Amino acid sequence: MIRLGVPSKGRLMQDTFDWFRARGVVMKRTGSDREYSGVIEGVEGVVPVLLSAGEIPRDLAAGRIHLGVTGSDLVREQLGEDEVAEVAKLGFGHADLVIAVPAVWIDVETVDDLDAAAAGFRKAHGHRLRIATKYHRLVRDFLQSQGVADYQLLDSQGATEGTVKNGTAEAIADITSSGETLRANHLRILSDGLIHSSEAVLWASRVADWSAGDRAAMAQLARQLGVGSPV
Amino acid sequence: MTPKAAIRAEGERLLQAFVAAGAVPVETDILQPAGTLLDLYGEDIRARAYVTDDPLKGEMMLRPDFTVPVVQAHMAHGADPARYAYLGEVFRKQLRGSGRASEYLQVGYEVFDRASPEAADAEVFALFRDLLAGLNLRPVTGDIGILMAAVRGLDTSDRRKAALLRHAWRPTRFKALLDRFAGRAPVPQGRLALLDRLKAGSPAQLIEEAGVFVGIRSPDEIIARAEALVADAETPPIKAPEAALLYDLLSLEAPAAHALTHLRGITPMLPAIAPAVDRFARRLEALAAKGVDVATLAFEASHGRTALEYYDGFVFSFLADGLPPVASGGRYDALTAVLGDGAFIPAVGGVIRPGLVARLKGAT
Repeated sequence: MIRLGVPSKGRLMQDTFDWFRARGVVMKRTGSDREYSGVIEGVEGVVPVLLSAGEIPRDLAAGRIHLGVTGSDLVREQLGEDEVAEVAKLGFGHADLVIAVPAVWIDVETVDDLDAAAAGFRKAHGHRLRIATKYHRLVRDFLQSQGVADYQLLDSQGATEGTVKNGTAEAIADITSSGETLRANHLRILSDGLIHSSEAVLWASRVADWSAGDRAAMAQLARQLGVGSPV
Repeated sequence: MTPKAAIRAEGERLLQAFVAAGAVPVETDILQPAGTLLDLYGEDIRARAYVTDDPLKGEMMLRPDFTVPVVQAHMAHGADPARYAYLGEVFRKQLRGSGRASEYLQVGYEVFDRASPEAADAEVFALFRDLLAGLNLRPVTGDIGILMAAVRGLDTSDRRKAALLRHAWRPTRFKALLDRFAGRAPVPQGRLALLDRLKAGSPAQLIEEAGVFVGIRSPDEIIARAEALVADAETPPIKAPEAALLYDLLSLEAPAAHALTHLRGITPMLPAIAPAVDRFARRLEALAAKGVDVATLAFEASHGRTALEYYDGFVFSFLADGLPPVASGGRYDALTAVLGDGAFIPAVGGVIRPGLVARLKGAT
């Protein structure tokens, strides 16, 4: 049986259900609102597993689910290329992982400026310029590839935009869709500070055990969805 | 797979050879305070080193190299001059699927000696060559000091020289900066727009208009950099002949004796490198005196310019096809100043990976 991990609540769940329904695969949550279980109609050999979107990468990597819908930001942050395969981009859940600095930093427009400002900042303050984020790997890989030095990543699992005002960080790297919250917190996105354009993606686990029956079911599901089969 | 006992035995053999060469054996902790290493290498090291938490001491790293703790111990209470040897595990995260070991033994030899740096360079290189003889390794040498001297001698602003020196170990960034300072790369669009804005109004006024002031980077710091940007835009590009010499230097690869002749040839046009070239010449003499054939010894001016390094002069590696470097080392004078709170001593050293030596010897 193919286990298909889908987000268990909110907009992401509804958009996922809609995407599958448009392709003739109907999913429903069953039981009470608090009970995370579901049924699927229109396809054989697949069972939906309702999970928190944040847990889906981990379950794909562990092979506990064969397929899963979650944001590309979370998967790229947590998993390697050999752990999952991208089956289809779903066209919703768009958000950008960006670097933002105080709007009053009129001398900082690009990543190059950020690097130079970090050198000056370290000299003046005796510590590296702090960038608050929860996307450590994506941000570090981005800054390393650009050759930025004299910064440090500060872990922030929520309300990241507020860290600058609170004096715990000098800049942030966070997900934004409209930039509204950033502006409200007096921050501005660097002109070349786009680290990752995220959207909801249907992933296949390369780690999960795909039996012959699972492969056959996957081929049928892929035809139904109009996507390539990952296995 | 080479058995661990064979690797350990190979490590002990090399350690004893270092002791016989006059080194004092030293031990260091496996758990190292993360702060020192992060301040030195930057955030990039998190991708390479294992980080863990200690309830009392905070963030700690599993020893990613010996040089830092050995230098720290020397700067705190070392004899002068001093030679040290050590043997133990280091830990490095590897890329998924690379098949490379994430924990392995290193055996090393470090020389802290003010008397004759070039003789010390040759001493370390020749010792490594002797210990690795018969393994058919390819030695490669370099000298980051020549490149740094060339940058210091450029006819441009101190700010530009400092920016280049800061990125001497990040070749991509260094090249991008040099391209811009030499006028070979266009000024990025974002920078042009920024300069227009800065010229249109006073920085203080622009800050005022930008909205609510947040963060601890002060208006004075912002204004100072804004003014520096405007000044830099008016700095003429590094002159083409001078820039050409620097590009030439970055890509110089030749047998060492030939490289020296080449460097002597360009010194009149780049006089600032003269002392570094003299040091290079003295080193080749010292190497020749140790029986190294400098007419064939490989020299690459950019060798050792990778992130997570701290070498600022002579560098060397002993390479085998399809393996990580079997041995590597170099001079790190500046590191002793950074870790020594202002105190300074010329230092050179290197490490060998006994696991690779045992593998090449076919230990079973």
